[in-house]
Amino acid sequence: MSYTIEGETGPWELVIGLEVHAQVVSQAKLFSGAATEFGAAPNSQVSFVDAGFPGMLPVPNEECVAQAVRTGLGLNAHINLVSRFDRKNYFYADLPQGYQISQLYHPIVGAGRITVELSDGSTKEIGITRLHLEQDAGKSLHDQDPSRSFIDLNRSGVALMEIVSEPDMRSPEEAGAYLTKLRQILRYLGTCDGNMDEGSMRADVNVSVRKHGEPFRTRCEVKNVNSIRFVMQAVEAEARRQIEVWESGGTVDQETRLFDTARGTTRSMRSKEDAHDYRYFPDPDLPPLVLEEAWVAELKAALPELPDARRDRYMRDFGLSAYDAGVLVLEKETAAFYEEVARGRDPKQAANWVMGDFFAALNRTKRDIADPPVSARQLGALLDLMADGTLSGKLAKEVFEAMVETGEDPGAIVERRGLKQVTDSGAIEAVVDKVLAGNADKVAEYRSGKDKLFGFFVGQTMKAMQGKGNPALVNAVLKAKLG
Amino acid sequence: MNPTDFTLAGARAALDERAISAEELTRAHLDAIAALNPRLNAYITVTAEQALAQARASDERIARGEAGPLEGIPLAIKDLFCTKGVRTTAASRILGNFVPPYESTVSGNLLRDGAVFLGKANLDEFAMGSANLTSAFGAVENPWKRAGDPEAKLVPGGSSGGSAAAVAARLALGATATDTGGSIRQPAAFCGIAGIKPTYGRCSRWGIVAFASSLDQAGPVARTVEDCAILLRSMAGFDPKDSTSVDLPVPDFAAACERGVKGLRIGVPREYRLDGMPAEIERLWQQGLDWLREAGAEPVEISLPHTKYALPTYYIVAPAEASSNLARYDGVRFGLRVEQGGDLKDLYERTRAAGFGAEVRRRILIGTYVLSAGYYDAYYLKAQKVRALIRRDFEQAFAEVDAILTPATPSAAFAAGEASDDPVTMYLNDVFTVTANLAGLPGLAVPAGLDAKGLPLGLQVIGQPFDEETVFAVGRAIERAADIRALPAVRAHA
Repeated sequence: MSYTIEGETGPWELVIGLEVHAQVVSQAKLFSGAATEFGAAPNSQVSFVDAGFPGMLPVPNEECVAQAVRTGLGLNAHINLVSRFDRKNYFYADLPQGYQISQLYHPIVGAGRITVELSDGSTKEIGITRLHLEQDAGKSLHDQDPSRSFIDLNRSGVALMEIVSEPDMRSPEEAGAYLTKLRQILRYLGTCDGNMDEGSMRADVNVSVRKHGEPFRTRCEVKNVNSIRFVMQAVEAEARRQIEVWESGGTVDQETRLFDTARGTTRSMRSKEDAHDYRYFPDPDLPPLVLEEAWVAELKAALPELPDARRDRYMRDFGLSAYDAGVLVLEKETAAFYEEVARGRDPKQAANWVMGDFFAALNRTKRDIADPPVSARQLGALLDLMADGTLSGKLAKEVFEAMVETGEDPGAIVERRGLKQVTDSGAIEAVVDKVLAGNADKVAEYRSGKDKLFGFFVGQTMKAMQGKGNPALVNAVLKAKLG
Repeated sequence: MNPTDFTLAGARAALDERAISAEELTRAHLDAIAALNPRLNAYITVTAEQALAQARASDERIARGEAGPLEGIPLAIKDLFCTKGVRTTAASRILGNFVPPYESTVSGNLLRDGAVFLGKANLDEFAMGSANLTSAFGAVENPWKRAGDPEAKLVPGGSSGGSAAAVAARLALGATATDTGGSIRQPAAFCGIAGIKPTYGRCSRWGIVAFASSLDQAGPVARTVEDCAILLRSMAGFDPKDSTSVDLPVPDFAAACERGVKGLRIGVPREYRLDGMPAEIERLWQQGLDWLREAGAEPVEISLPHTKYALPTYYIVAPAEASSNLARYDGVRFGLRVEQGGDLKDLYERTRAAGFGAEVRRRILIGTYVLSAGYYDAYYLKAQKVRALIRRDFEQAFAEVDAILTPATPSAAFAAGEASDDPVTMYLNDVFTVTANLAGLPGLAVPAGLDAKGLPLGLQVIGQPFDEETVFAVGRAIERAADIRALPAVRAHA
């Protein structure tokens, strides 16, 4: 059953397309050597090119181009061996050149597609229309002074990839799933850090509504939405607004809108009539960008394993369920952590521990995978102590909690706390003898057929051994002694 | 002999022979500037102290036997080249107070080779003009006078009018210039000197205030073809900071000057015979062809069928690029800012209205118009297509010929007011020169004769891409045959 919103006139279908601006991970800007680090002092990472000084010229940064190609390859997209840079002209105080260098007519990456997973377990293909490289603008600060605005040009000239989807999404969930998947792929590729709260990934959301079977109606673009959750909310809010307009006899005008996160509504930013005339034309400072096929092939050969391939491998080689494999590959860092824990060990047990106790510990300590309370090496060592019989499952959980608390290696904790499981059958026999001697009445009952009492003897023995008895051995000794 | 009368090559020899010191040579030029610049207005800024310091440093290098190819040579630098620590105005109020913290690649190359910079030469505002009348720092006067008319002030041509006038009047041994549609060749012709616009990509554009990026190219003006060749060798070269600069070796252009023209096929484009072209221009052109034939070359009539579309194409492409290139002059980061309260839009409007002159505003408006939605296809895109056809015309012609000879300008220098009232008439000055810019080809203007009133006239040699050597050889052959002895009326030690 496809997603619809129920209006007064019946169900409405949603049509959604996303334009995602993803900041390219690189040491230097798209056309200058200035650094790109986030959070540096204002105007400390600005070259004369970025500030639009007279006579300054852009020179493409090869690494930014390579990152765009890697991204294109990761999106199963066509790489255009010849692309061009165009100027998008408009005046603004944080746009020093008076134009943004972008790629309107001949983008570096053409059509591609990605597969997204939906909560009902189904998957859906979303088309990628294109990906192009462009410069970011600087930042205007309007809140520093009552009468003046300040400009920070650190971001000016930083490379962005604009990734445009086809209008293939039909629900807020699909929009969210698309953005999640796109972010995941970019992070795996290392081409964008995906930090939406730092602004290194932002989405323009195109929404229209229609009755089933109709062609597309007029769309509106909701600009600069900066979290996946907000994208989903913006889609729904904008769709509901449009339905109301249509149902009250009005028409939706094509316009640019903003999402008010506090009110959960969209409001008009500028109408089509006020839209800028950007006077695009090919940038005469930059010859066509020509890529060699061999170079693209090299980049392709060096691509990291992407999430879908990795998930399939976990299912195929490790026997994990689709769900478990999907959770583990969600973040590149989590997958790397898991693989280190699983290396040379039981992959299912490793998955259970990573997704169970380890994730719980991350949540509880409010730390993340980059800075975990227990390292992959330590968790692996704990699994080894279970495998060689040193720790029971129950003891291992105790040791794990101690590891979370102290950051110590499991071996050290076992040693210091004397938590080592007792596997010496002589020692176990001595304890069992004591337990049986102290409970002669129960022994008699057991021997007269009250089998259920076996558990009582196990409990008493373990209690006497402070839980350190190897459960299998305790069972075997009790069985033998009780006859 | 007065030191300001040296050719550049002659001055180099004299310096090496210690017949004169670099300081003396520079001082002689500074004295000449002090005497004549108030009248000619060829320089916007004179950097006397810096020039003398550079000259003294040159003398030390000469003494140590470390002289560079341009050691101690006093030059004028068109005020479109950014010069580190020296105000660079582009002859515009909007950059009236701009002091670049960097040196353009081309001027840096000249300094590397030992040149001395006398100052910044006047030009049309943002290099937009053909008469040097649009400078915010006042018009430049051509040092030549019509016979019997010492009062009439003639224009030096544009946009490199200051560079050309300074070199002609002996206020510099040579000068840098730039050429977007004829801005080197037309003023060189009007001032009776030589000037070459090299192949697009030969000289770096880095650090030159941009007018129209796909057309702009730096080049030298000097009193002889050989001097231009010496200067160009220093100015040229691949620059990784300019994506349109070309990575090719720079030949010894001066050596090429003496190659001769024997066996060369010289194209004579029939479309360049304009209706109403003055007879003396027609005669000069024929004379040039005769000289070349006598020197062993073979004139060949060729056709460049799209020539008549060149000027309109140029006046779409150049303003379009200019409208975008000049957007950065907004009063926000450098240069003029006119602030009287109000919002950002007021700042832009007031700054740009006060900062740009009428011709610059006209071209920004034309450029904005031809790029705007709905007109882009009809103007800019169409112009790009025509440009490709013009380029193809030349490719086809160069399958037949080694170089092309045309007049440099449709007339000799005119007086201010005689043609400038009508911008379209003014634009016609570029009719012979814009094609080389549109096709990216090297073009040299060489003095070839005088008109009936004693004013210099030039011929233009157009060559194949990166074949400046043949262009120099042909130019030198004409120069030798013409053997012009006349001097401008206004000059140092006249």
